[in-house]
Amino acid sequence: MSRPALWGWIAVAIGLSALTIPWFLWGDATLVAGVPLWLWWHVGWMGLASLVFWLFARRFWGLGIESDGDSSGGSPGSGSRVDAGGERR
Amino acid sequence: MTVAIQLGIIVGYLLLALAIGLVAYRLTDRTAEDFYLASRTVGTIVLLFTTFATLLSAFTFFAGPNVAYEQGPEWVLVMGLMDGIIFAILWYVIGYKQWLLGRQYDYVTLGEMLGDRFASRRLRGLVAGVSLLWLFPYVMLQQVGAGTALQALTEGTVPYAVGAGLITAFMILYVVVAGFRGIAWTDTLQGAFMLVTTWIALVWVLAVVGGPSAASSALEAEAAHHLALGSDFYTVQWMLSTAITIGFGVAMFPQVNQRFFAAGSKTVLKRSFALWPLLCVLLFVPSFLLGAWARGLDVTISEGENVLPVILAEFTPVWFAALVIAGAMAAMMSSSDSMLLSGSSYFTRDLYRPFVESDLSERREDLLARIGVVGFATASFLASLWNPATLFELGDAAFSGFAQLALPVMVALYWRKTTRAGITAGILASQAFYLSSLFTAVVPSAYAGWTAGLVGMGLGLVVTVGVSLLTTPAADERRTIYFDGLEAD
Repeated sequence: MSRPALWGWIAVAIGLSALTIPWFLWGDATLVAGVPLWLWWHVGWMGLASLVFWLFARRFWGLGIESDGDSSGGSPGSGSRVDAGGERR
Repeated sequence: MTVAIQLGIIVGYLLLALAIGLVAYRLTDRTAEDFYLASRTVGTIVLLFTTFATLLSAFTFFAGPNVAYEQGPEWVLVMGLMDGIIFAILWYVIGYKQWLLGRQYDYVTLGEMLGDRFASRRLRGLVAGVSLLWLFPYVMLQQVGAGTALQALTEGTVPYAVGAGLITAFMILYVVVAGFRGIAWTDTLQGAFMLVTTWIALVWVLAVVGGPSAASSALEAEAAHHLALGSDFYTVQWMLSTAITIGFGVAMFPQVNQRFFAAGSKTVLKRSFALWPLLCVLLFVPSFLLGAWARGLDVTISEGENVLPVILAEFTPVWFAALVIAGAMAAMMSSSDSMLLSGSSYFTRDLYRPFVESDLSERREDLLARIGVVGFATASFLASLWNPATLFELGDAAFSGFAQLALPVMVALYWRKTTRAGITAGILASQAFYLSSLFTAVVPSAYAGWTAGLVGMGLGLVVTVGVSLLTTPAADERRTIYFDGLEAD
């Protein structure tokens, strides 16, 4: 498995967690369509997180966990094709 | 008349759940693995919703909106971070690894997985014992919630003891008959139901009061600081401490942790992982915004009353309010039934079998598991009669208690040099620390704004790693099983 990919994804995980709450809007009470701006940020951020998780699941699933080196580490699409067959084994 | 409609809806809902349970029962093999994990065959939608419904108990419906009402809508952010992001990451980091290990070595519980790796029956018993210690008050909390909700809904016609007792009896019947498969199916129904009714409730209330802008102006007039991010209550330290401890705690909660073993395939885990943040935000936003806006809406909430039922009673028709309350009861039950099942599995597999009767046949273990459910539920019901403390305090303590387990377990999962002495010391030290912070004055409960739960997690991490470095692994430890040959296909 590739070490840079592993560290990169750890950084992404920390980054996603760090800005789920928009600290830079601390004390801000701006309303957009009747809802606080910081809440809109949060909603958008959760959407982004979902997208990032989807991307990870598609291309890098197994990173840091599966012991077989090349099955997951960064080769686009290879991880997901293996079991694209469906829900049940 | 109103009470009749409300009770009718709740009873109707219970009967529907029971019918689903009976269908599941017909499909069940009489083995403990099937009873606990549906033989590891669960698909995406069911896994997603069963975890979702299990995770979000009375807390989301009652305690959460109450917090938003009292302190402002920032609670959405805290819950979003803990459940939508931190738990999702752990879903991969702990969950996927556990799933692989469970499939390879047939583990059903966390204690079993650790006991096997560290060749220690005592460690297995310790993990189960610690888990049951926190699980028990949490199940009690759900019963308190259900009893109080029924009492409030029927304006006292159904007293607390009767309501909580009926719910308990129903859950016992249901869990004993349906097992994991039935629970997962009804969870799916309940999760979807919760999502839909909460949104309808929000839209309904907003339509009556004239939209979000009107609701926010009313809130601003009543409590201006509520719409600004942060307050004396929502400090940076408190928000982070709460989100981190509860997020990690959730992953160690027996009924959630056990779901890591139940997925049918890798694809199921992947899809659930990606959908998770969306599902969380979809439920938290309407539920907590309703609570927050309620503050400006001229409704009187008396001491000890939950906000959501009151605001629904004020702004929506009786049948709809009853429907949402039924949804909340459903949320409580879907958490409790899973907790009963997991609690019973921890007891039979990690305490009874290793320490009392080791040569247990599958059939007998299955029977024992069901008896365990009855005992657990009855005991927690009796405890709830004796001491109904507030939802939030109890819930918060249990989550932080479970959070203490998370880091020692993660160290063991990812660091080969972890020793039996190391993980055992890490678990004991952090539990002792956190329990002391709750029950004694010797250990403070806050450290410059950070909670004892978070500090205890750090302590568990340091002790696990430190003692592992100082000790050598015992000869019979299976040091490589968490690492070598782990692949999905």
